[in-house]
Amino acid sequence: MAKVKGDIIVDIEKCKGCEVCIDACPTHTIAMSEQVNGKGYHFMQNVHDACTGCTNCAIVCPDGVITVYRIKV
Amino acid sequence: MSDTITKEQIFKPENIVYKKTDLMTDNVLSYCPGCGHGTAHRILMEVIDEMGLQSKTIGIAPVGCSVLAYEFMNVDMQQAAHGRAPALATAIKRLLPDKTVFSYQGDGDLAAIGTAETIHACNRGENFTVIFVNNGIYGMTGGQMAPTTLEGMKSSTSPYGRDPQSMGHPLKMTELVAQLPGTYYVTRQAVHTPAAVRKAKKAIRKAIELQQQKVGMTFVEVVSNCNSGWKMTPVDSNKWMVENMFPFYPLGDIKVDGKLVKEV
Repeated sequence: MAKVKGDIIVDIEKCKGCEVCIDACPTHTIAMSEQVNGKGYHFMQNVHDACTGCTNCAIVCPDGVITVYRIKV
Repeated sequence: MSDTITKEQIFKPENIVYKKTDLMTDNVLSYCPGCGHGTAHRILMEVIDEMGLQSKTIGIAPVGCSVLAYEFMNVDMQQAAHGRAPALATAIKRLLPDKTVFSYQGDGDLAAIGTAETIHACNRGENFTVIFVNNGIYGMTGGQMAPTTLEGMKSSTSPYGRDPQSMGHPLKMTELVAQLPGTYYVTRQAVHTPAAVRKAKKAIRKAIELQQQKVGMTFVEVVSNCNSGWKMTPVDSNKWMVENMFPFYPLGDIKVDGKLVKEV
């Protein structure tokens, strides 16, 4: 079975920390960071390698800060 | 093996499966964290992008939270006076019938001050698309009661909950316009989960496609949250919306191909 591996790049300065993406992630790959961005918001980030590149987080992100990459391995 | 994949191998332009459409500008959205407006803007722009209509589209920005929509949508936009977006869209569509015209309105704009314009534009069967974002509250001015506020729902001008005896009943604009002969496609969608966003995008695409066929008004309601107006976190407000808004504002198509598919 072809496996896929995904990853995301987050525009952390535009992330407002609403956590809607965390609710949408099926693999619980993302979580809020301890740090804050220039506006004072906690931003979302990858916490482990389980990302499958399903794009759910990017689709629900109101601010469109997430770019999703996916490759077959 | 997956262990040997490095970040450099993944982060290549050919591996991109999702990125923000170029039709959304790089300006930071002025909306509160978690607001459904951003998602609604983005899926609308994705549809325009996928259909290759950027240079042929004119949008009408309303008054309300999305008053600055022209800052975020990279298509020709015109700002309308409060509630007058359907009147302005009528003028633009009649003068430039080859353009794709949409109005993007909130519930305070479309369902309160602009009720007359909305109903008459729908009744005339003008060939444009209305995107109606309904969050049951006046978000921008500080969470006052809107015509769409639910019974018993608290807002800054109904602090003990909306009492239908003195404040009237919530207004279902979408069911109202579905009964008019001029509307061709009327639907209600939401943008709180990935599945809902995909469905809403399909509905908007269908509406814009039908507009090219000049069949009449296409009307897409997007039930959205207003987490700052409702005084909740974004995730909680989405849950509250599912539990309280959706029973009164059920999702799904109301009128397809000019025929009612749901009792209203």
